[in-house]
Amino acid sequence: MRCKGLILMLSGVLASLAIGWFAFPAALYRTEAQPMQFNHAVHTGEQNGMTCDMCHEFTENGSFKGIPTIAKCTECHSAAIGSTESEKVLVEQFVTPHKEIPWKVYSRQPDNAYFPHAAHVKRAEIKCEECHGPHGSSSTLPVYQVNRISGYSRDIWGRNISGLPSHPWEGMKMDRCVRCHAERHRDDSCLDCHK
Amino acid sequence: MEQTAQSKSRYGMVIDLDRCTGCGVCMVACAVENNVAPAEQKATERTGVTWLRVYPVSNGEGFPANDTVFIPMTCQQCGNHTPCVSVCPQNAVEVDPSTGIVGQIPQRCLGCRYCMTACPYHARYFDWWDPQWPEGTEVLLNPDVAPRMRGVAEKCNFCHGRLHAARTKAAAAGRKEIAAGDYVPACVESCPSRAIVFGDLADETNEVSRLSHSINTFQFLPKLGTAPKIFYHSAKEWVRKMADRAPLA
Repeated sequence: MRCKGLILMLSGVLASLAIGWFAFPAALYRTEAQPMQFNHAVHTGEQNGMTCDMCHEFTENGSFKGIPTIAKCTECHSAAIGSTESEKVLVEQFVTPHKEIPWKVYSRQPDNAYFPHAAHVKRAEIKCEECHGPHGSSSTLPVYQVNRISGYSRDIWGRNISGLPSHPWEGMKMDRCVRCHAERHRDDSCLDCHK
Repeated sequence: MEQTAQSKSRYGMVIDLDRCTGCGVCMVACAVENNVAPAEQKATERTGVTWLRVYPVSNGEGFPANDTVFIPMTCQQCGNHTPCVSVCPQNAVEVDPSTGIVGQIPQRCLGCRYCMTACPYHARYFDWWDPQWPEGTEVLLNPDVAPRMRGVAEKCNFCHGRLHAARTKAAAAGRKEIAAGDYVPACVESCPSRAIVFGDLADETNEVSRLSHSINTFQFLPKLGTAPKIFYHSAKEWVRKMADRAPLA
């Protein structure tokens, strides 16, 4: 009788764990397709040798432009370069009609977060890869998943549902900002990073 | 990242009441800059949101001795025993040690309104309704300031979004310190009679520091010992005497 109770309890625990680790994340996140594929490696590789800041630029007042506009793409892709499907989509659907590509942004933060790229990249000389990972050398875009409740990208929480990152660049939550600032003995206040 | 121990600034204002005409441009500029939504239909003077309010005050005399002064009243950025900080159960208010600016963090606020009760200057407001902008005008919102939701308290933070912008500009140029002219709150910038002077009170070379020590400059409710960083100036004695009185509203 005792054995039966133990089996019941263990199966309950296992069922709860399965729900927590597999069913819950599957239900929480919705996968959305990007408007087109993008190959960072082609741009940053030996053939073209571009650096991040050639497309992800700063404005004159120091604010960060983020994902480049179609005008930037058009500088090189006014006519198709190569014959890939992505190239065809880019030229026909976006460059020719001069329409912005509605990218889904992996690192979009809530409205109340203020992150100055200039202070981190220019003054503190932190490499893009330290926060964004080896995105610049990837040949395909990662799967974009959005949290059904908050509407934010899964990359903000991190791919691992436990919140424990598999790589140092995973996750873009506030505790990561706080940890890095604490390690560098920054004298912080809330309004330094919130608006 | 290098250690960036920021210099200890103490931002403050000196408002010349003899220059203020009560036009209200500062109130409009403040609301536009800080994404304060148009008032809800049911809002009253007390339930609406105005980070900066201009109060008309009369000396109570009959003609011809009658005189009126307009007092722009906003968060006084108390530097000592800051009342709203000391009562907040959520740590949603803090005095920034590097700027002296009293900051409100809406995401932490639980909406108890204890800070509004504690503020001797009635400079805090509560969002009784979700902010709503007329359709199509959302595109005009200031991206440097996050709109607040219903159920939280809010107040002036010296246009902190502009300080962010100034810091970003400085960082992009490789500078640690911002240029003084790059950080000017909206009310100061918009005042047509140049009645408001803003700057770092800790910098003795700054005009605001000199004016804060000049004759006929005063603070409201000095007896409370809250050390406001907003100073007022008037050559009229009856105006200066008003500073010791109870709150205006």
